[in-house]
Amino acid sequence: MSEPVYDVVIAGAGIVGAACAYACSREGLKVAVLERDFIGGGATAAGMGHVVVMDDSEAQFALTRYSQQLWQELASELPADCEYVRTGTLWVAADEEELIEVRRKHQFYSQRKVPSEILDSRSLDAAEPQLRTGLAGALFVKEDAVVYPPCVARYLLERSRDLGARVLLGKEVIRLDDEGAAFEDGTMMKGAVMVNAAGARAASLHPDLPIVPRKGHLLITERYPAFVHHQLIELGYLKSAHKSTADSVAFNVQPRKTGQLLIGSSRQYGMDSPEVDRSILSRMLARAGQYIPSLPGLSALRVWTGLRAATPDNLPLIGRCPGYRHVFAAAGHEGLGITTSLATARLLIDQLMSRAPAISSEPYSVQRNIAVHG
Amino acid sequence: MTGPEYEVVIVGAGPAGISAACVVAETGRDALLIDDNPSPGGQIWREQERHGSNWEAAHWLRRLQLYRVEVLRGATVIDGDPDKHAIVCETANSVSTIRYKKLILATGSRELFLPFPGWTLPNVMGAGGLQALVKAGMPISGKRVVIAGSGPLLLAVGAYLKKQGAHVLAIAEQASWARLARFGLGLPTQPYKLAEAVQLKRALFRVPYHAGAWVEAALGETVLERVRLSLSHRRWEAPCDYLAVGFGLVPNIELAATLGCKLSAGCVQVDPMQQTSASDILSAGETTGIGGVELSLMEGRIAGYSAIGDRLNAQWLFSDRERMRRFARRMQKAFALREELRHLPLEGTLVCRCEDVSYQRIAPMPGWRAAKLHTRCGMGPCQGRVCGPAAEFLFGWHCQSTRAPVFPARIDSLIGHKEE
Repeated sequence: MSEPVYDVVIAGAGIVGAACAYACSREGLKVAVLERDFIGGGATAAGMGHVVVMDDSEAQFALTRYSQQLWQELASELPADCEYVRTGTLWVAADEEELIEVRRKHQFYSQRKVPSEILDSRSLDAAEPQLRTGLAGALFVKEDAVVYPPCVARYLLERSRDLGARVLLGKEVIRLDDEGAAFEDGTMMKGAVMVNAAGARAASLHPDLPIVPRKGHLLITERYPAFVHHQLIELGYLKSAHKSTADSVAFNVQPRKTGQLLIGSSRQYGMDSPEVDRSILSRMLARAGQYIPSLPGLSALRVWTGLRAATPDNLPLIGRCPGYRHVFAAAGHEGLGITTSLATARLLIDQLMSRAPAISSEPYSVQRNIAVHG
Repeated sequence: MTGPEYEVVIVGAGPAGISAACVVAETGRDALLIDDNPSPGGQIWREQERHGSNWEAAHWLRRLQLYRVEVLRGATVIDGDPDKHAIVCETANSVSTIRYKKLILATGSRELFLPFPGWTLPNVMGAGGLQALVKAGMPISGKRVVIAGSGPLLLAVGAYLKKQGAHVLAIAEQASWARLARFGLGLPTQPYKLAEAVQLKRALFRVPYHAGAWVEAALGETVLERVRLSLSHRRWEAPCDYLAVGFGLVPNIELAATLGCKLSAGCVQVDPMQQTSASDILSAGETTGIGGVELSLMEGRIAGYSAIGDRLNAQWLFSDRERMRRFARRMQKAFALREELRHLPLEGTLVCRCEDVSYQRIAPMPGWRAAKLHTRCGMGPCQGRVCGPAAEFLFGWHCQSTRAPVFPARIDSLIGHKEE
C-alpha cells in the first residue's frame, strides 16, 4: 500500500505547526503533521504562554494584534486545561524616564484602537500591592492574556484530526523539499506543499533560514493564589530584551490559573544546551526581587530552560522558502510564537489559497531584506 | 559565596550515612553529616536519638557522638556544582554553600505507592508512614488495621503495630507462596535473617498472613471504612480503621542525578569502592540499590574508607557486602511485583495526587514528559516522587527528570548561590 499524497505536510507539532494544521484542515485540505517527539514538547512547552500585543515595530504590532484577535475568537472553544485567562499586562515604569515610554505606548495603542490605560504610582500600588512602592506607574494593556500552550497545541491538532488530518508522533523529518518529507529510514511522505514549522530546529532542515537559538530560563513557584493579578513586565525590558549580542534579564511575572507564579525572563545567545545557567538564573530572580520584594521568600518548584527561534529583525519567517517551489516556512517566532501562531497560520493559508491576507504578509516574507534590529 | 570546606561531606543521616561519617571521623578527619530531618537516624531509625529501643541504632548514634561528628540538621541539599566541589544547602532561614573534598551521597529511599481505587482516602497510608506516625505518638491501640503490599517490611510493621495494641486484621503479601517458599529455603544460609523471621513470626501470632494476596480497593465515603482484598481464590472484605500499604522502596537518586552521577536501573551506579561516575562523589546505602539496614551500614563503612583513601580496610569488607547484596537480589526477586497490580486502577483512580490527575488521562500519553506537560501529572510539590515510580511501573515509562532545585527551594536560595 503506497502512502497517499497529502495537500500539506507540516514538520513540527508545536503551537505553530498545530495552528497551521488546523487552518489548513478547516479549508478542507488533506494535512499530515510530522513530529519527532510529542505535541508541543519544544519551545511551546518551555515558554511563558502569553498572548500580548507588542510594538517594537509596526510589523510586529500588526502581527501580534491580528493574532490576539484570533485568540479571542478561539478562546471560547478552548477546553479548561488550556488555561486561557485574560489577565491583561501591566508594563511597569520604574522612573520618570520609563513613564515617558508609558505615554508613548499609550498613544500608539490608542491610535490603533488597542484598549489601554495609564496607571499612576498610586493606582499601580492598588492594582498590584506586592510590587514595591514608589514605582512611577504602568500601562495597563487590557486584552493581553496567558494560556497553557502544550494543551492548546494538542487541542488544535485534535480538531485537525476531526477534520481528517493525520498526526504522526515520533517521526523525525531529515529533509523537507519540493517532493515531500524524508525520514531517516529512507521512506518519504509526499505532499503538494511542505511547511517547515520546526521552531528552533527549522534551520537544521533549511540552513538558509536566518534562525539562531536564543536561550531562556523560567521558574515556576508553588501555589500562591491572587499574589499578583496581571502579567507584569518591566518597561526596561525594551531596553534589555532585544539587544542581540549581550545576555540580558528582565522582570516578567505571570499569575497562572493554578495559583502558581511563572517568573522570567532571560535571553542568551550562542547556547543550545538545556542546562540551567545558575548565574543568569540568579540575576533573573534578583531582578524580579527588585520589583516584588516578597518574591525571594516564595518557594520555587521548578526551573527550566528553552530555546527561542530568533531572527535578526525579531520578525518570524512566513512564506515560501528561497530555492523551493513548494516548501514554506512558518518559523522564527522568537519569544512571541504563542501569540503569533494563529496569525501565522492565517497568513500561510491565505498564501496557499492565493487570497488577500487581512494584514500585509510582506514584512514576514522569508525573502525579505532582513535588517538587524535594535 | 565561599562556604566552609570539609574533607568529607555526607548527605543523609540514615544507617549508611552514619556509618560512613563514623569511619571518617574515627581517623580524626573532619566530616559533616547533613540531613533534612531534625535528628539523625533516617527513616529506619527515626526517633531513635530521643528514645532508642533498637540496640544497633543506639550503637551507631553513640559512635556518632563519641567521634564528635558535626551534624547539620534540618538542612536540605537543593543543588550542587561538582566542578567546584560544592553543594548548596537550605535551612529554615538560611542558605549556604558547603565545599567538600569527597562527597558521599546516602540519601536513602522512599516508599513506592501504587494507585488502586480508594488509595487517596484518608487513613490509607504507606506502611512505613503509619509506623512513623505511631512512633511519633499517634494512638493505634484498639484500631483495626489491614496491611498490604510486599516484602518483609509488612511483617515488621505488623509486629510493631500489634505490640502497640493495634488489631491487625490481615497481612496481604502479593508474592505467591511458591516464591516465598523458594526464598525461605535460602534463609538457613542467613542465620541472622532466619532468627529475625522467627521472631517476627512469633510476634505476629494469630495474625492472618495471606500470600498471593493484594488490595483491590479501599472503600469509604470521605474516609477509609472498608478494605477489599483479593485472596488466591476469593475476595475478602472487612471494615477497618487503617490500611497500611507498602509495595517496596524507591531509591532517592535525585541529588545524585543532578550532580551528574550515572544511574542504572533506577539506582546510582557505583564501583567496588562505592565511587560513582562523578569524580570525588561516592554513594552508599539504598541509593545504590534496595538492600536493608545491614547492607547500608556495610556500604557506608566501605564508602567512608574509600573516601579517606584506605583501600585495604574497604577491601576487607567486600566479601561481606557481596553476601548481603546476593541476599538483597534474592529478596528483590522473591518480592517482585505481580502483573495484576498494573490493572488495579480504574479510569477515575488518581495517579498523581498533587495535581489530581486520573489514570484515564495519563494512560493515552506517549511518555512521561508528554504526560507531565499535557496533564500536569508529576508537576506538583512532590515533583513526581510519588507518581513517577508508579507511572514507571504502570506504563513502563522512564520517569526520571532531575533538575535543580532538587527539592522546592526558596527563591532567595537560588538568588544567593550565584557563582563567583
